[in-house]
Amino acid sequence: MTERYVVAIDQGTTSTRCIVFDRRGQLVSLAQQEHKQYYPKPGWVEHDAAEIWRNVERLGPEALRRAGATIDQVAAVGIANQRETTVLWDRTTGQPVGHAVVWQDTRTDTMVSELDTAPGAEGVRHRSALPLATYFSGPRIRWMLDHHPGLQERAERGEVLFGTMETWLIWKLTGGLHVTDVTNASRTLLLDVHTLDWSSESLAFFGIPRAMLPEVRPSIGVFGTATAAFPGVRIGAALGDQQAALFGQTCFAPGEAKCTYGTGSFLLLNTGSELVRSTHGLLSTVAYQIKGEPAAYALEGSIAITGSLVQWFRDQLELITSAPEIETLARTVTDNGGCYIVPAFSGLYAPYWRSEARGVIVGLTSYITKGHLARAVLEASAWQTREVVDAMNADSGLALKTLRVDGGMTADNLLMQFIADVLDVPVVRPLAAETVSLGAAYGAGLAVGYWPDLEGLRQNWHRAAQWLPTMEAGKRETEYANWQRAVARTFDWIQA
Amino acid sequence: MQSIERAAAVLRLLAGGAGRLSLGEIARSLDLAKGTTHGILQTLRKVGFVEQDRASGQYQLGAAMLRLGTGYLDVNELRSRSINWADPLAARSGEAVRIGTVLEGQVLVVHHVFRPDDTFQTLDVGSLLPMHATALGKALLAYGATPPASLDRFTSRTVGTQRELAAALQVVRECGWSADIEELTPGEASIAAPIRAYGGLVVGAIGISGHVERLCDSRYHPRPQLVANVRDAARAVSRDLGAARR
Ligand SMILES: Nc1ncnc2c1ncn2[C@@H]1O[C@H](COP(=O)(O)OP(=O)(O)O)[C@@H](O)[C@H]1O
Repeated sequence: MTERYVVAIDQGTTSTRCIVFDRRGQLVSLAQQEHKQYYPKPGWVEHDAAEIWRNVERLGPEALRRAGATIDQVAAVGIANQRETTVLWDRTTGQPVGHAVVWQDTRTDTMVSELDTAPGAEGVRHRSALPLATYFSGPRIRWMLDHHPGLQERAERGEVLFGTMETWLIWKLTGGLHVTDVTNASRTLLLDVHTLDWSSESLAFFGIPRAMLPEVRPSIGVFGTATAAFPGVRIGAALGDQQAALFGQTCFAPGEAKCTYGTGSFLLLNTGSELVRSTHGLLSTVAYQIKGEPAAYALEGSIAITGSLVQWFRDQLELITSAPEIETLARTVTDNGGCYIVPAFSGLYAPYWRSEARGVIVGLTSYITKGHLARAVLEASAWQTREVVDAMNADSGLALKTLRVDGGMTADNLLMQFIADVLDVPVVRPLAAETVSLGAAYGAGLAVGYWPDLEGLRQNWHRAAQWLPTMEAGKRETEYANWQRAVARTFDWIQA
Repeated sequence: MQSIERAAAVLRLLAGGAGRLSLGEIARSLDLAKGTTHGILQTLRKVGFVEQDRASGQYQLGAAMLRLGTGYLDVNELRSRSINWADPLAARSGEAVRIGTVLEGQVLVVHHVFRPDDTFQTLDVGSLLPMHATALGKALLAYGATPPASLDRFTSRTVGTQRELAAALQVVRECGWSADIEELTPGEASIAAPIRAYGGLVVGAIGISGHVERLCDSRYHPRPQLVANVRDAARAVSRDLGAARR
C-alpha cells in the first residue's frame, strides 16, 4: 500500500496549518502560517480569504516536503476551520467580495437585536436550535448584501456565492465545487437542524437568496478531488474546529465530552442522534455526520475568557512574564485566600448570558498577595467549566463521567487538578495535542477507508495524563457557593 | 570577545540607576554606533537580560538578570514549551516520558507523559529522583549540576563511588546521552538526553523509562532506536528554547 498519510488543513482564526498524520494518528510534520487580521473599526474583525487560500496552496506542499512524502502517498485531505466566518465571492472570477467577516466581529449587533423581535424570529430559533446572535453567519450575509451596491441582485442570479471557510477552501481546491458540511451549516442560523438542509423560511426571514448557498453535505464522506494544492487527492472531511476537536478526541458515544482550553474554552458534549434543546443557556449544534448515517448532535458551552485572563494577568497587570509562570506564582500559596476573580470582561456567556455584567475581584483583604490572585485567575477557568458542565448535565440528563481536555492550558497541572476537583470527575489529556487537525484527518481517513471504522480510531487514542479529584465534598460546595456569590456581584454593572 | 565587553557595559549602564534608557542614550553614553548597540540590545533582550518598554521603546534590566542565581527557566514554562515534543516521544517509544531539572541536589520531575498503553498510572510531576541513579540525573550532572555528596545505593548496580560517577559522566559527555540500567529499581531502565537553551546551556533533561527488557537489547545495552528517539526529542525541545542547531 503506497498511501501512507492523511493531511489535515486547520484553517484557524490567527493561522493556517497543514499537518501530516500517519496511520497511528501521530503527527509527522507541520507547516504553519499566520494571516493578517484587519480591524477597520471597533468591533470589526476581517480576514482576506484570498490570502488564506494562498497560504493553503503553499503550506500543503511544504508540509509534505517536511514529511518527506509525495502526493501519491496521501490517502485524503480533511479540513477543520474557524467557524461562522463569512466569505462571499464572485462565481466567475473567484475573487472574494471584500474581506471575510470573522466570527468575533460584532458589526451586526443592532441588526440582530432588531431581528430578534421581528415576526418569524421564533421560527428561525426553533429550526436552527440557536439564539439569534451576532456570533452566527446568517446576519453577516445580510449585512454584506446590504452594504455592497448591486450585490443582492447578483446573489439572486447566483453570480455571487456564500461560504464559510471550508466552503471557500473546497471551492478553490476543486476548482468550483460549491459545498459545505453540516457542522458549519449548523452555525449559520439558516439550516433546519432536523432535515439538515437550508430552511426556505429562515432564508426568507433574512432575505438571503438560495442561489448563493452551497449544497449541504455530510461532514465525513468524499466531497470531491482536489485539483490544486493536493492535485489528485480526495477531500474526505470538513468540520468546524470545535467539532473536529470532539472527533479528534474520539468522543463518539453519547455522554462523551471534551473541553478545549485556549484563549477561550469550548466544551462539547456528544448527545448522539438526539438533538437536545438547551434550557440552560447552551447551544445545540451538529457534532458530525458520516455519509449514509444519521447526524450526531452536541451541546456546546462556550466560555469567552479563560486563557485570555492569564494573558491579561501577564500583559495588563504585568505580574508574570509568561503564561506558564501563572502556575509558579499560584504555587507560592496553598489556597485562594478567599479571593475570587470573575472575568466578565464583556458580559457573562453560558449559562448566564448577561451582557450588562462586568468583571469583579472580590474578597480582597490586606492578606491577599499576587500568589492568591494567580490562584483566583486559574480557579476562574475551572469554575466556569463547572457551570457549563452543570448546565449540560441538566439539559442532557447525562452525568458527565470524565472530561477529555486539550489546548495550551492543559500544560498547567495546577489548573487541571483543580478542574478535576471542582467537577468531581477525572480529567484526561490524550497523547495528541493537535486534536482539531487530528479530527479532520480522522474524518478524511475514515471517508476513504484509510481507517476502517470508529473503533479503529478509538484504538489510536491514548491517555497521556490523568488528574483525579481529591477535593473534599464539603470544601467543594463551600467554594462553589463563594464563586456563585462572586458571579452575582458582576450583574447589572452597566446601566442602560 | 569585544561584544561581550560591550554587552557587559550596556548591563552596567542600565543597572546604574538611570531607570529606562533609549537606544540613542545608550549608544551615546558608551560611544558606540547605534547599529552595534541595537544588535547587542536585541541579543540581551532575547536571553531576558534586558527588557524593552512596549510604549516608549526604552530599555531596562530584564527580570532574568535579577534571578541570575536561581535558575532562569521557569519549570512550568519548560513543561509548556516541551509538551508537544514529549507526546510524540511517548508514542514512538511506547514508554513513559519524564522531563527533569535540578532542585537542591535532586531531579525534580516537571513533566510526565504516561506510557501509552492506557493502564492505570499516576502523574508524578513534582516528585524527586536521585541524581546518580537515573538517566535524567546523569544527563544533568554531566553538564554542570553539582553531584550529591553521598551516593545512596538502591540496587547492586547503583554507581557507588564518586570516581565511578565521574567516569560514567565522562561517557555521557562523549555520547551525548545517558542511561540507567537497574540502578534505581531492579528490572527498570531509563534513557535520557540533555535539553539545551540559548548558548547551549543545559536547563533540563528528557527521557524515557520502562522495563529493562524493552529498553535494552540482549547485550543489556539501550536499544539504538530508543536512544535516537530520545535524542531527537531533546533536540526538538532545545531548538524551541533557542539553542543553536547542532
Ligand atoms: N501553563 C499555562 N497556564 C495557564 N495558561 C496558559 C498556560 N500556557 C498557555 N496558557 C494560555 O493558553 C492560551 C494559549 O493556548 P492555545 O491552545 O495556543 O490557544 P488558541 O488556540 O486559542 O490560540 C493563552 O491564552 C495562554 O494565556
